[in-house]
Amino acid sequence: MKKLMLGNEAIARGAYEAGVRVVSSYPGTPSTEITEFASKYDEMYSEWAPNEKVAVETASGAAIAGGRAVSAMKHVGLNVAADPLFTMSYIGVNAGLVLCVADDPGMHSSQNEQDSRNYALASKIPMMEPADSSECKDFMKKAFELSEKYDTPILMRLTTRVAHSQSLVELEDRVEIPVKPYEKDIPKHVMVPAFAKQKHPKVEARMQALAEEAATADFNKVIMRGTDIGIITAGISYQYTEEALPDASILKLGMVWPLPEKLIRDFASKVKKCYVIEELDPFLEKQIKAMGIEVIGKDILPLEGEYTAAMLKDKILGIAPKEMASADEPVPVRPPVMCPGCSHRGVFYVLSKLGLHVSGDIGCYSLGSAAPLFAMDSIICMGASISAAHGMEKAAGRDFAKKTVAVLGDSTFIHSGITGLIDVVYNKGTSTVIILDNSITGMTGHQQNPSTGFTIKGEPTRQVDLVKLAEAVGVDRVTVVDPFDVEKFEKVVKEEIAADEPSVIIAQRPCALLKKAGYTGTYRINPEKCKNCKICMKLGCPAISITENGPVINETLCVGCGLCPNVCKFGAIEKVN
Amino acid sequence: MNIMIVGVGGQGTLLASRILGAAAQNIGMDVKLSEVHGMSQRGGSVVTYVRYGEKIASPIIEEGGADLILAFEQLEAYRYISYLKEGGTYIVNTQKTDPMPVICGTAKYPEEILEKIAAKGIDVIACDALALAKEAGNQKATNVALIGVLAKHSTIEKEDWMKALNSTVPPKFLEANLKAFELGYNHE
Ligand SMILES: Cc1ncc(C[n+]2csc(CCOP(=O)(O)OP(=O)(O)O)c2C)c(N)n1
Repeated sequence: MKKLMLGNEAIARGAYEAGVRVVSSYPGTPSTEITEFASKYDEMYSEWAPNEKVAVETASGAAIAGGRAVSAMKHVGLNVAADPLFTMSYIGVNAGLVLCVADDPGMHSSQNEQDSRNYALASKIPMMEPADSSECKDFMKKAFELSEKYDTPILMRLTTRVAHSQSLVELEDRVEIPVKPYEKDIPKHVMVPAFAKQKHPKVEARMQALAEEAATADFNKVIMRGTDIGIITAGISYQYTEEALPDASILKLGMVWPLPEKLIRDFASKVKKCYVIEELDPFLEKQIKAMGIEVIGKDILPLEGEYTAAMLKDKILGIAPKEMASADEPVPVRPPVMCPGCSHRGVFYVLSKLGLHVSGDIGCYSLGSAAPLFAMDSIICMGASISAAHGMEKAAGRDFAKKTVAVLGDSTFIHSGITGLIDVVYNKGTSTVIILDNSITGMTGHQQNPSTGFTIKGEPTRQVDLVKLAEAVGVDRVTVVDPFDVEKFEKVVKEEIAADEPSVIIAQRPCALLKKAGYTGTYRINPEKCKNCKICMKLGCPAISITENGPVINETLCVGCGLCPNVCKFGAIEKVN
Repeated sequence: MNIMIVGVGGQGTLLASRILGAAAQNIGMDVKLSEVHGMSQRGGSVVTYVRYGEKIASPIIEEGGADLILAFEQLEAYRYISYLKEGGTYIVNTQKTDPMPVICGTAKYPEEILEKIAAKGIDVIACDALALAKEAGNQKATNVALIGVLAKHSTIEKEDWMKALNSTVPPKFLEANLKAFELGYNHE
């Protein structure tokens, strides 16, 4: 049976068919659905871990104990998991271990555009890269075979357009693979210098052997057509190549590390001009040039953003794209915004009003940096809000800290904010930390996390008590407050930034998209009472816009959250039904 | 066949593209669909691509490549004109949603968008799909009402659309959505 499947769904299907037993991941666009789909198969144990390092370590333990295992993350997640990655390369596996990493060329939903292929090179771990959903599934199964044959974890690289595109996949049955026997093997599993030194040459030898297998393996394909132009490519770039250059010969690499030198040399020798087409870094290009093979790549193609077929036609064939009709005037951009009813809006309204320095973090609340709130000064990476605020205090002094808050979500706090908080307490900082507890991991599309009280399957579980946790690391000033009670929230913030010790404010209100938010009805602005002061416009709610006769609420968008009546000084905002 | 669905994050463009993908699969075509997840789903401008035919390579539709664009919102329709092929069709929901720059007063929502698009010689089919969805009993079915309009202008048989609806729409919402589909299908 053929099924239309998202690349990510096909990765999960591949894991299922390959007999995987354990999946542990932390969400991150564009990788999240891999684990969500995996959790639908009862034969595989799936979980959300608190962060990527924990997820990869959990999957590593599973593989060492003899069960095939997967961990999936976005590109920046691999930075967090880099520590176990590099050493698992030495330890190798018992049952297969596949680590899926999804890059985001064009940065649809990311803070940088890093190319994870560099990790394969640096950690000496083989990396495969599928070009459509069907290959996602097939490569997963192949990856488990290779992982066990060569005693190595395998990296599976996706990019947004493969992860989030659907194409047809032929479904097969799961092959049940019993848990492999576990043997205590200290030189293999204990990476102290003496044993690691024995391991390193084995790692080099395994990569050599894999490169040789790659020269004849069917995941690397030569498609010979004309001999004028030859293209070496992989992943989604292969699809753009097929669209743009149907007459070119193609070497399509299914494994992007290690590279099959002889195959590449043969291919290049058969064509007059050889190009490397790859988004982001000149990863293949540099390696191929180092082999002494002449290829053209980043000399004519960009280092940033996504490629298109039109771009390839233009740069390689010199066929410029046709001018198309377009709008008669500039079309206003439509950036993402906090949803109508977003629980974070009250927080940023107050922070904006108080004009504080806001050390920000990554989540839906990152949108607090946008117009009209502009209430975020910096965003580095997940968890950095607290530690960066601490650094600000140590550099700029106590007075600066009195005008500074760190802001982060519940999932982000658990992911890596807690360690920053410990730093603040331990090193006598006085930071004020606001945890935006909306009872869910919002940005990535509603995943459970340790603070929500539910597992990935929606089963009730022990819930991390954020208040007790903050108290346990030594924070004496912990306040729980509803951010829609703007007056009280403002008062609490003012008190806590003035305090000469660390404080944690837990701004608690569920995400508006959760059933438990319980919003009903809508609001309207009574023109009789409205004085057109426009204070409601400062909320940046997409449901309120300004007209010639003052602000109005769009009833199709309004969810009835009740924040705007709390800021209106004239009682002009009234509930409808 | 290359079809683009453009709209505002949260309007249900994803489900619409999945229904279309399923319908194309029902007629035995190779299908590729490219979706948007993550950040822009929070009220940003979203685009999904659906391509079907004998054999499809890239999941993306590029400028000048769309046979048909289904726009869920007027400003979004205006934004993507350059993606339509010469002689292509535009189906536009007449709904308007102000983007943040307009709400903040730093930009103006362009006037008479439909007229401006039509003035370029583009075949525009306008439809107030929100009204149709309300008539069907659930304003969230706006997306499926638009799929109804699209179905009418496609070469895929109605029966294959019905099968697609049944396989993609959650059962709880099926009744209102089938009604919305019919209203869209019989629009004009
Ligand atoms: C290292 C890393 N992993 C994953 C992500 C993807 N990501 C962005 S925000 C976010 C979670 C946000 O959840 P939360 O902190 O609860 O805030 P909310 O979005 O609910 O407001 C995730 C997982 C990332 N940016 N970096």
